[in-house]
Amino acid sequence: MKGILHLWRRYRRNRGAVLGLVVLAAIVLAALFGPMIYTVDPFDMIGRPAQAPSARFPLGTDVTGRDMLAGLLHGARVSLLIGVAASVCATVIGVAVGAAAGYWGKTVDAVLMRLTDFFLTIPSFVLAVVIIAIFRPSLVSVMSAIAIVSWPPVARLARAEFMAHRDREYVQACRAMGMSDWRIAVRQILPNALPPVIVVSSLLVATAILTESGLSFLGLADPNVVSWGYMIGVGRTLLRTAWWMSAIPGIAILVTVLCINLVGEGLSDALNPKLQER
Amino acid sequence: MSIGYVAVRLLQVIPSVLGIAVLNFALLHLAPGDAAEIIAAQSGGASKEFVEELRRSFGIDLPIYQQFFVYLGKLVSFDLGISNVQQRPVLELISERMPATLLLMLTSIGIAIVVGVLCGVVAAMRHRKWVDTCVSVLALLCYATPQFWLGLMLIVLFSVTLGVLPSGGMMTIGAQMGPFERALDIGRHLVLPALTLGLFYAAVYARLMRASMLEVYSSDFITTARAKGVSEGRISMKHAARNALLPVVTLGGVQIGHMLGGSILVETVFGWPGLGRLLFDGLLQRDLNLLLGILFISSILVVVCNLLVDLVYSLLDPRILAR
Repeated sequence: MKGILHLWRRYRRNRGAVLGLVVLAAIVLAALFGPMIYTVDPFDMIGRPAQAPSARFPLGTDVTGRDMLAGLLHGARVSLLIGVAASVCATVIGVAVGAAAGYWGKTVDAVLMRLTDFFLTIPSFVLAVVIIAIFRPSLVSVMSAIAIVSWPPVARLARAEFMAHRDREYVQACRAMGMSDWRIAVRQILPNALPPVIVVSSLLVATAILTESGLSFLGLADPNVVSWGYMIGVGRTLLRTAWWMSAIPGIAILVTVLCINLVGEGLSDALNPKLQER
Repeated sequence: MSIGYVAVRLLQVIPSVLGIAVLNFALLHLAPGDAAEIIAAQSGGASKEFVEELRRSFGIDLPIYQQFFVYLGKLVSFDLGISNVQQRPVLELISERMPATLLLMLTSIGIAIVVGVLCGVVAAMRHRKWVDTCVSVLALLCYATPQFWLGLMLIVLFSVTLGVLPSGGMMTIGAQMGPFERALDIGRHLVLPALTLGLFYAAVYARLMRASMLEVYSSDFITTARAKGVSEGRISMKHAARNALLPVVTLGGVQIGHMLGGSILVETVFGWPGLGRLLFDGLLQRDLNLLLGILFISSILVVVCNLLVDLVYSLLDPRILAR
C-alpha cells in the first residue's frame, strides 16, 4: 500500500500523465457502462442515413442510418478489449522468450534472439493482414495476429533485464540455497525485471489499438461487432458530403491512444525515477 | 569498411531469407483447403480424380518436407506462383507496383527526417521553453493519430474544401503532357499521401532527436567546447547534432518494415497504385498466392534495406567495426 502511494506521488508530478489517466478512466467507464445506459443497438437502422449530429442522434447516423453514438460506445469495448488482450499476450510471450534467453544465455540466447530479430524484420502489419486473411477475421484471430507481431520488443527488454540480474548477489544466494532455476527466474528475478516491462506493455496497448483500427478499416474485423476502424471505413464512402462520419471515430481513436501514451510516460517516470530528468 | 565485415553481414542474410521462406510455407499450409481445391472450386466444381490430378501437378501429394524443398527451389528462382484471381505471375504483378511504393516511401522518409530532425534540434536547443512544449505536444498528437484517418481528413481539407490538391491516384488520367508536366503532376498527387505517411515518423524522429540531443548536451566534450568559448549555435549544430543523429539513422533502418505497413493503409486511402493497393485487392479477392508473395517480397526488401543501412552506418561510425 505504501509502495503504491509512493508511486502515485511520483506519477502525479507529470501533469500530462494525470490528465491522460483521468480521460482514459472516463473512456473505460464509457465502454463498460455506456452501452447499458444508452441502449440503442449499433446495428439497428433507426433513422434516415447520414444525418448530422442532432438532439435525437447525438453524433448523427451512418451510411445506412445506424446510430453513431451507439457504434462509438460499442466500438470502445472492442478497441480496448483487443488492445489490452493483445498486449497482455504479447507481454507473456515476450517475457517468456526474453527471460529464457537472458537467464540461460549461450545457445538458448542465440537461438531465441535470432528468432526475435527475425520477427522484427518481417513487416508486421503485412504479416498481421496475411494471418487474419488466412484464418478469417474474428476477435480471436485479430487479437492473436496483433500479439504475434508485437512481442519482439518486450522480449529484447526482458532479456536485457534478466541478463543484468542473473549474476547479482541475491541470485547467487538463491542458487547457493539450492533453489531451482525456474523458481529463481519466476519468483526472484521476474518481480525486479517487471517495472520497465510494464511501461513497454502499456505503450503496446496504444500500438495495438492503432493496428486494430487499421485492420478493421481494411475490412479485417469480426463482422459481428462494431469497431472504430470499421466505422471510419463505412464513413469513408460519404467522405465528401458527410465528413463527420469518419472524423468522429477517428477522434475517439486519437484521444484513447494519446491518453494511453501519456499514462505510459507517467508510469515510466514513476517506475524509473533515474530517467526523470529529461 | 573491411571486406570481412561485408562478407559476414552478407552471410547473415541467408538465415533471414530461409526463415521468411519457412514462415511463408507454414502460412500456406495453415490455410484451409489447398490450391487444387481452390482451383477446382473456381472452375465450378470438379470430380475427385480431377482434384487428385491437380494435386499431383502441384506436387501437393508429396510428403511435407519434399514439398518444402520444391517450394524453396521455386523461391530461389523467384517463382512466386500465379495469382489465383488475375491469372498472372505474382512476381510480375509485384514488380509493376513496386516503383510507386518506393517513390511514396522514399518521399515520406525524406519528409520525416527533415521535419523530425529539425523539430528535434530546435526543441532541444530551447529546452523547457514554449517551442519545446509545442514540438512535444505536436509530436504526441501525430504519434497517436491513425495514419489512414489523417489521410482522410487531409482529403477533406485540401481536396474537398480548399480544392487545391488531388484526392487520389498517382497521375491525371487521359491528360496529354510532356515529361516535365507529368513529373509535376505526379508530384502534386504525391503531396498528400507522402505527408500522411511521413508525419507519424516525423513525430518519432523529433522525439528521438530531442532526447538524443539532450543526452549529448550533457556529455563531457560539449562542456569542454563551452569552456573553450565555442558559441551555443555552433555547439548545437557542429558538435551535438552530428552525434545525436546516429540513433536516428539506426531507427530509420529498423522502421522500414513498419513503414511498409503504414504504406498499405495510406495507399488504400489515396488509391495510390503501389504494393499496398495490390495487397488490398488481393485481400478482397482472397488471392492467397498474391498475399504471400507480397509478404515474401516485402520481407526481403526489409532485409536488404537493413543490410544497406548497416553498411552505410559502418562507414559513418567506425566504432561499429571495432565491436
